[in-house]
Amino acid sequence: MRGGLAAALVVAGLLLLNALFTGAVAPAFALPPYLLQVLCLAGINVTLAVSLNLINGFTGQFSIGHAGFMAIGAYSAAYFTVTFGEAVRAALGFLPAFARDGAVLLVALAIGAFLASIAGFIVGVPSLRLRGDYLAIVTLGFGEIIGVLILNIDAVGGARGYSGIPKLANFFWIYLFAALTILVVYRVVHSSFGRTLVAIREDEVAAEAMGVHTTRAKVISFVVSSALAGIAGGLFAHYLMYVNVRSFTFLKSFEIIIMIVIGGLGSISGSVLGAILYISLTEGLREFAQYRMVLFSLLLVILMIVRPQGILGHKEFVTFLTKRRRSIGAAPGTPGNA
Amino acid sequence: MALLQLSRVTMRFGGLYAVNELDLSIDAGHLYGLIGPNGAGKTTVFNVITGVYTPTSGDIRFDGEAIAGERCGRITRRGIARTFQNIRLFGEMTVLDNVKVAFDCRQATTLGTAMLRTAAHRREEERVALESLELLKIFKLDHLAGEKAKNLPYGNQRRLEIARAMATAPRVLLLDEPAAGMNPQESIELMDLIRWIRDRFRMAILLVEHNMRVVMGICETVHVLDYGSTIAIGPPAQIQRDPKVIEAYLGGA
Ligand SMILES: Nc1ncnc2c1ncn2[C@@H]1O[C@H](COP(=O)(O)OP(=O)(O)OP(=O)(O)O)[C@@H](O)[C@H]1O
Ligand SMILES: [Mg+2]
Repeated sequence: MRGGLAAALVVAGLLLLNALFTGAVAPAFALPPYLLQVLCLAGINVTLAVSLNLINGFTGQFSIGHAGFMAIGAYSAAYFTVTFGEAVRAALGFLPAFARDGAVLLVALAIGAFLASIAGFIVGVPSLRLRGDYLAIVTLGFGEIIGVLILNIDAVGGARGYSGIPKLANFFWIYLFAALTILVVYRVVHSSFGRTLVAIREDEVAAEAMGVHTTRAKVISFVVSSALAGIAGGLFAHYLMYVNVRSFTFLKSFEIIIMIVIGGLGSISGSVLGAILYISLTEGLREFAQYRMVLFSLLLVILMIVRPQGILGHKEFVTFLTKRRRSIGAAPGTPGNA
Repeated sequence: MALLQLSRVTMRFGGLYAVNELDLSIDAGHLYGLIGPNGAGKTTVFNVITGVYTPTSGDIRFDGEAIAGERCGRITRRGIARTFQNIRLFGEMTVLDNVKVAFDCRQATTLGTAMLRTAAHRREEERVALESLELLKIFKLDHLAGEKAKNLPYGNQRRLEIARAMATAPRVLLLDEPAAGMNPQESIELMDLIRWIRDRFRMAILLVEHNMRVVMGICETVHVLDYGSTIAIGPPAQIQRDPKVIEAYLGGA
């Protein structure tokens, strides 16, 4: 019941903010369109970062193909809306317009998530059976293959990009799914299953020796992470109304990795912070024109020297604040693990 | 029929016979010592039994069933648990969570029930927490339950490794140099603890240890390896007088 109340509050809060930001309540409260767009893209990046952190941060497997799953979600969700959206809307004629839009979007996102998770399964099963860096190599290749595939599908625009996608996503939906992603990842991580994921990250051989189904756990974690990336992709497509393969290259994957590294691998609030910080920095540094990426890289290098474990490390924001003093006084170092 | 039986097990790495035609059998309730000079193949025997390596040839039976070549996790769930010579705890996790992970191998929770926080899952979690704490108490680690494993002193890390292995509810326990790095007082306490575990849970224990006082003090049978081959098997008193054993230790070292 308490969960239901919290959910209702979050939905109401997001709806209110959405109305405020778009100027529906009073034009005085409206955000400038540019700012609102940055805010929305930040929300999508939160979803991407938190979901990638599940596999990279908590499970300790290095995936660099998150943009590939995002692309699958984006294109399949958009294709559904463009092709069947009208039919669904017509069938739901008895509903008010916003509910019809919402229904189409939800189905589109479900399809995107489903197909992305299938792709995650296909990529994950062979590469996660093996130890080490196979996943990194396979996911990198996978991202490129998805790009080439999409380029050659004329139904979704090929190299021209896919346009004419109705704008069904907005601040409300984007942040609703960001919240949902945080909830899902939080619950996975703070369950007995999450315990086994962290054990795999800490020492896969020992985890296996303690009877953990390591391959199964890794695949599940990877599939969940891919599905969430698919949702992020679907939102992205329905927010910008246009997608292009160039938005989903490995550069995008690296962007998401940078976000979770900034915030701290293995910290959900860290990923949220990292995603927001990344957007703020890249957008905020725009006035430095061509020096923008130089400055950005410099900041990253400084951060990694000062705090190699990311801003929050393994900790969540709340424990980071309360336990900070204690952990400084704790016994130093480990005895040599030969 | 012995609980754990190795017949003519060989593990070859390229041209090196790390374990050569090894015969070994342990009954329930037995404390069996496996000793030998550095590089004799003791850890490799553990790795072959627990499925880290598939033996090049030979037969391994647990409770009559062939297990050679099975996955490590599967063998653990069958009832064979181990500790590692070079401590492999889950460093960033708490002492309690280290034990809980091992408990999970007997649990039936799925991701779904865990995510939905069903009542059954919550009960299961409470039970696991309680039993894990109980186990930690046996190893005098309960007051450290909330500490990160990597912050424990060496002796405690060794004991946590044993506690974690015990949490999988094994019938055969393989201990790889559990007294390494312990002071004499800690080693004596460990000896008592190992004996107590054996008596209390009636499990078979295979002990690899360089500390001869520990091995000779608690094992009923001592098995000596050198260059992967058996050179002697027998009760401690007999092994200590065996000229081949003395030669292997003095000549090799
Ligand atoms: N994965 C491997 N690849 C190649 N050689 C190996 C491998 N594992 C072990 N060996 C070799 O097998 C031999 C036996 O090693 P093992 O670790 O089993 O010895 P040990 O009796 O446990 O020694 P110690 O007392 O030093 O722990 C050594 O010569 C070692 O170098
Ligand atoms: Mg060894």
